[in-house]
Amino acid sequence: MSYQPGSVAVVGAAESTEIGNVPGMSQIMLHADSALNAMADAGLQPGEIDGIACVGPMMPQQIAQYLGITPRWVDGTGVGGCSFLLHVRHAAAALAAGYAKTILITHGESGKSRINATPRPLEPESLAGQFEAPFGTHGAPTLFPIPVLRYMKATGTTDEHLAMVAVVQREWAARNPRAMFRDPITVEDVLSSRMVAYPLRLLQCCPVTDGGGAIILTTSERAADFPSPPVYVLGSGESAEGTLISQMEDFTTSRAFRVSGAAAMEMAGISHADVDHLMIYDAFAHLPLFGLEDLGFCQRGEAKDFISAGHTRAGGQLPLNTNGGGLSYTHTGMYGMFALQESIRQIRGIAPAQVPGVRISVTHGVGGMFSSSGTIVFGKEKP
Amino acid sequence: MSSPTKNHPHPAPTNPIQIPFLGNRPKPTPETLHFWEGCRNKTLLLQRCPDTGRAYFPPRPFSPFTGNRKVEIFAASGEASLYSYVIHHREVPGFHPPYAIAVVELKEGPRMMTNIVDCPQTPEALILDMALEVKFYPIDEEISLPLFRPAGRAE
Repeated sequence: MSYQPGSVAVVGAAESTEIGNVPGMSQIMLHADSALNAMADAGLQPGEIDGIACVGPMMPQQIAQYLGITPRWVDGTGVGGCSFLLHVRHAAAALAAGYAKTILITHGESGKSRINATPRPLEPESLAGQFEAPFGTHGAPTLFPIPVLRYMKATGTTDEHLAMVAVVQREWAARNPRAMFRDPITVEDVLSSRMVAYPLRLLQCCPVTDGGGAIILTTSERAADFPSPPVYVLGSGESAEGTLISQMEDFTTSRAFRVSGAAAMEMAGISHADVDHLMIYDAFAHLPLFGLEDLGFCQRGEAKDFISAGHTRAGGQLPLNTNGGGLSYTHTGMYGMFALQESIRQIRGIAPAQVPGVRISVTHGVGGMFSSSGTIVFGKEKP
Repeated sequence: MSSPTKNHPHPAPTNPIQIPFLGNRPKPTPETLHFWEGCRNKTLLLQRCPDTGRAYFPPRPFSPFTGNRKVEIFAASGEASLYSYVIHHREVPGFHPPYAIAVVELKEGPRMMTNIVDCPQTPEALILDMALEVKFYPIDEEISLPLFRPAGRAE
C-alpha cells in the first residue's frame, strides 16, 4: 500500500492548556499536557495510541513512557522547528504502510521558563563552532537575518516592506486571545523599535515562549469514527540544506523551501489558486517573503508588494499566519507545531480569527536557519 | 586559552573583537587542521575539486561536487567582496556591540563568515559588494581568525 492524497487525516489536535509564560510546567509536562488535550479532542486514551513522534534524540521513548504508550512506530526526527511537519509526513506514510494505526505527535518547550529545557551546546569542533561561532554569532537573531541585506538588494525590498510583515501579523494577533502580543502596531512603531541585528528590529523578531501542541493522525477509513471532523493530509514535502547559513546556496531563496513546497503541492495535485489559507513559519520578518516566493505564491521579489497590498490581511486573497505567527502569537523555539495547529483550526472552522470557507490550507515550516524545511497541504474534503 | 600576541593596532570603534579574545575559539579537526595552520601562517587555504575545478569551503577531504577524494589545497588570493551581514546590537562575550557579522564572497567563489575590521561597524560604511582583503587576527599561538578589511588600505 502506498500513500495517496487524503488517505490519512488529523483526528485530534490541541495546544497546551496555557501558552506563552508557563512557569508551572516543565518541558515534559508541556508535551504531556498537549497530548492529553489532543487525546481528549479525539476521544482517545494513551493505550489506543500505537505510534509516536517527538523531536530529537531519546525524546519519543521518554514521552511514550511518561504518557503510558506502547508504540510500534517511532520517529525522533529532529531538524529544528519544522520537525513536526516532517513527523506528519512520515506518519502519513507509516499509516498508509500499516506500521501503526493511531499516531501521536507531541511538542513541548519551556523556551522562556527553561524548566528542564533542551540544552543547546556549541561544540567548538563542529562546523559551526569552527566557521561561524568565532565571529560573534549568538543564537538565531545573529544568524537567521544574515541573508536579509542581500535579499533586499536583489529584490528592492525596503525596511518599510519588512516592517509591514510584522504589522499585518499583529492585525491577526489582535483577534486571537491566546496571542502573546495583541496591541496594534504601525510601520513607524516597527522601525522605531530597538535594533536587534541590523536590518531587523525587535518587532521583526519572534519572542521566546513556553508552550506545546499535539496532533493525532489515523487512516481516513477510521477518521469518521472520531468526534471532530477529519482534516485530511493531501500532500507533504520535506528537504534540508545545511547547518551553516553562511554556506546557503543562494541568499535570496531557500533551496529547502523550494524542494519541500513543490513536492507538497505536486503530491496534493493542487494549484496555488486552490489554497485558501497559508501558514509560513516566521521566526523573523523576512521568512514570509522567502516563503511566498519559494513556494511559488509570488514571483521573485514580488512578496513585498503582495504583503504591502494587503493580500495576506483579513479579507485578502491569501490570509497568512492568521494566529499572529511566530512574531506575535508564540514561539517556543520550535514554532512549526503551532503553525500546523492553526491550519487545522482553520480547516475545522474553529480558529479565533477564522477565515470564511477554508477548504485547503498549506503549512510551511523552516528548521534551524534555512537548514531544513517541511510543507503540509491540509484539506477539508478527501479527494 | 593562551595569552594573545602583542602588537595589534585595534582601535575599538572600527574593530569589533575585544582583546584578549573571549569569544568562541574554534577547535580544528583532522579535516580542517591545514586550514587553521594556513591561517596561522597568514595564508588562506582553500580546496579545489579535481573534476570541476571549483573551489569550496569549509574544508573537507573530498569534493562536495563529485565526491572525488583527490582534492587540491591551494592558497587563495585573500580578495573578497561583502556579500551580506547583520550588525548585532546586543552584548556577546568577546565583542564590542554593535558589530557586524558578515559573509564574504571570496574571489575564488566560496563564501565564508567573518568579521570586518578597520572599518566602522555601520550600514554607511559597510556597503554590499565592497572590495575586501583578508587580514589574519591571531587570538593565541595556534589560532588566527581570517578577518577581512576594506581593500587597498595601507598597513
